[in-house]
Amino acid sequence: MESITRDQDSPTSQNEPENKWRRYFSFSTDHKVIGVQYMVMSFLFFLVGGLLAMLIRAELITPASNVVDRPLYNGLFTLHGTIMIFLWIIPFNAGISNYLVPLMLGARDMAFPLLNAISFWMIPPGGILLLSSFLLPNGTAQSGWWSYPPISLQIPPGQPINGEFIWIVSLVIIGISSIIGAVNFVTTIFWMRAPGMTFFRMPVFVWSVLSAQLLQLVNLPSLTGALILLLFDLSLGTQFFKPLENGDPIIYQHLFWFYSHPAVYIMALPAFGIFAEVLPAFSRNPLFGYRSLAVASLGIVVVSIFVWVHHMFTSATPSWMRMLFMVTSMLVAVPTGVKAFGWTATIWKSKLHLETPMLFAMGGAAMFLLGGVTGVMLAAVPFDIHVHNTYFIVGHFHYIVFNTITMAIFAAIYFWFPKITGRMYAEGWGKLHFWLTFIGANLTFFPMLPLGLQGMVRRISSYDPRYQGWNVVASLGGFLLGVSILPFIANIVGSLLYGTRAVNNPWHATGLEWTTTSPPPQDNFEQIPVVKRPPYDYGDPKYSVIEPPDYHQQEN
Amino acid sequence: MVRFWEYLLIAGLIAVLLVVSHWIGQQAYAWMPLEATAEAQKVDDLFSFLVSIGAFIILGLVAMMVYSILFFRAPKYDYSEGHPSRGDLKLEILWTAIPTLLVLWIAFQGFNIYQQLDVLGLRQIVHLHTPLESQPAYAIATGEKPKPAAETIEVFVKQWDWSFRYPNNVTSNELHLPVNLRTRLNMHAKDVLHSFYVPEFRLQQYIVPGRDIDLVVTPTRTGKYKLKDALFSGTYFALMDANVQVESLEQYNQWLTTAEQEPTTIKNQAVAEYTQPPKTLFKSGWYTVAPNQTAIAQNAVP
Repeated sequence: MESITRDQDSPTSQNEPENKWRRYFSFSTDHKVIGVQYMVMSFLFFLVGGLLAMLIRAELITPASNVVDRPLYNGLFTLHGTIMIFLWIIPFNAGISNYLVPLMLGARDMAFPLLNAISFWMIPPGGILLLSSFLLPNGTAQSGWWSYPPISLQIPPGQPINGEFIWIVSLVIIGISSIIGAVNFVTTIFWMRAPGMTFFRMPVFVWSVLSAQLLQLVNLPSLTGALILLLFDLSLGTQFFKPLENGDPIIYQHLFWFYSHPAVYIMALPAFGIFAEVLPAFSRNPLFGYRSLAVASLGIVVVSIFVWVHHMFTSATPSWMRMLFMVTSMLVAVPTGVKAFGWTATIWKSKLHLETPMLFAMGGAAMFLLGGVTGVMLAAVPFDIHVHNTYFIVGHFHYIVFNTITMAIFAAIYFWFPKITGRMYAEGWGKLHFWLTFIGANLTFFPMLPLGLQGMVRRISSYDPRYQGWNVVASLGGFLLGVSILPFIANIVGSLLYGTRAVNNPWHATGLEWTTTSPPPQDNFEQIPVVKRPPYDYGDPKYSVIEPPDYHQQEN
Repeated sequence: MVRFWEYLLIAGLIAVLLVVSHWIGQQAYAWMPLEATAEAQKVDDLFSFLVSIGAFIILGLVAMMVYSILFFRAPKYDYSEGHPSRGDLKLEILWTAIPTLLVLWIAFQGFNIYQQLDVLGLRQIVHLHTPLESQPAYAIATGEKPKPAAETIEVFVKQWDWSFRYPNNVTSNELHLPVNLRTRLNMHAKDVLHSFYVPEFRLQQYIVPGRDIDLVVTPTRTGKYKLKDALFSGTYFALMDANVQVESLEQYNQWLTTAEQEPTTIKNQAVAEYTQPPKTLFKSGWYTVAPNQTAIAQNAVP
């Protein structure tokens, strides 16, 4: 197939391969380079965040505080949460979306390529600045990734540059980057679609990105504003959030959660989009209820804007507000349920291929069920009042952010690895990675649910010995999860160097990105495609790609 | 005919799932701590109900996935289509309508149980502040009148201890509560946000500096419990515990009399740790808010 020699046809291929790696360290305006830059950078932060998590689990393997002292422990969980949310999942999603959205829409690039590069290059300084706070005399921020005042305003006397200050400045930089990115994504999806690419021919992944980025635009300014006010309180002596000086810390919670609950959907929606791409491809079925799933993405956006108070049911919140937000929070289960039913129906009566991306997608979708069901439980006020701020929340949250979203991210990496790199990954290593991750993740996060029910409070560095059993399981699971990343790294590096050359469409998938070469040329397509087909036309014999059984053998 | 058997099989599976889910829901009571208040039983009922519904959904969908993995595998290199079905409007309406009704039902149950809890009375909850005023103005939220109670205990929390003041002005670091009596806890935080939480009571409430917050509780089981600070409050957060003793009214009154004559002193764990060099493997020596000097001096007394 032509894809094998595509690099030689590319307009940029004259300087390759010697300059190939260098462009990933350059201020490139190519959405594919920027996408890879985002993904690689966020993965490095994921490793750092994971290392911090393992230190936390090392501390919690015994009831006493005996590994790290308490201020350091507080810094560890603060930065673990911050890194995983703001430097791993959100930027990785921005990266994979950057890479795929123009390809899926049949566009040559994002709407504003220069802005795209600026948006990326704001993040490494923000991230490095955040990590540099470990070197300060009194270390990093220690008030948790919520940074609730007034505790976040308790700083070492005489140290204007402190961990909290650095934390706020870093997050403001990263937040501005995300807002810029959101403008670019929304504009691209509205205005850069190829001829014939109507909204209801767009892949669900693009719908998901559109929905997530709309949430960024609407909600993120609230967090950025809250952080700037917090910075004023911290450094300039203002009193917005100081309760003993006429300020109101509860207002901060409203502003914070107005963004930070929808942030879960900003992270989850692209993951749902990934499931919608991978499951049909490896089931050989059209995506069941495509229109419902596409519209459900927008449904999640609308409902999720009105749910933030469920994080504040115990924050001296009046009853009417508790009841109202209980109902709205539960209603999120409807569009997310539509998605979960759609995925399952897609798999039903299909022809399943259990390659690594499919394993990660099915595993992630299955574990989302537990994350989603516990989410509905938490929306019920009387139950939430009991488990609020306990490990039940931590377990639920990690079932979403790790067991669903990070699993989806791995599904995406394996699924689009041939397209991005032009190489195939090693299937055996991929499957080993999946099983270690799946087992490790459940061992780590499931014990948190019974611990929370029993009343183990989150963020404590030592605990009652009666909680030790489940904590040992969680810690051992956490270490296994740490180890699980090694076959992944070995696979990616080994496949990049020695992997078999990939064909244009190794999975026989539909979608415009599979019609171009692997990797795609500078401008994505030889000619801008004209779209005449519905998405996910796996079941339509008119369009289905049916290749001879020796297809792979011929190409490899 | 084949379709008939298929429907029959599905109906049978749903029946089995209902039985299994109900059984799991009944087990859920055992996953919770002891029920020590009138409110705890109601919360556990709600939890059991939620677990039953959750188990039905999870088991149903996971069973479909596992069944697919076992029986719908494609032969290697067979990339032909599975089936051409793109959707089914009736099915999609059904699986949108059912969760909608289900969550409304759950919300209704949650509302009912919340009404029965009747534990919270928030005073001065709405904090109105205009730049022209030097003092904050407060308004009482409608419907948030303090609930009637037989006894009122003042609760004070600060970095790093809890203290309780009883009707006879006795102050202690232990919370004593009479059983089967509605007691109002009038809570005050002195520095940062804290959260009052006794897992056996199934109650949790943030305490905001500058606000009076009432929590009315009716313990129903005598025994010793642990009060925890559930909201992260700084360096020694993990040590922000206090003993809670629920006892008969006679024992409670007797304790009040004894404590008035002979105040009890309980060693403060945070102070003990602060005054000792850290025993951990890694020592950062980063900044912490210190316990006050009085607390350190009191703890130094053997």
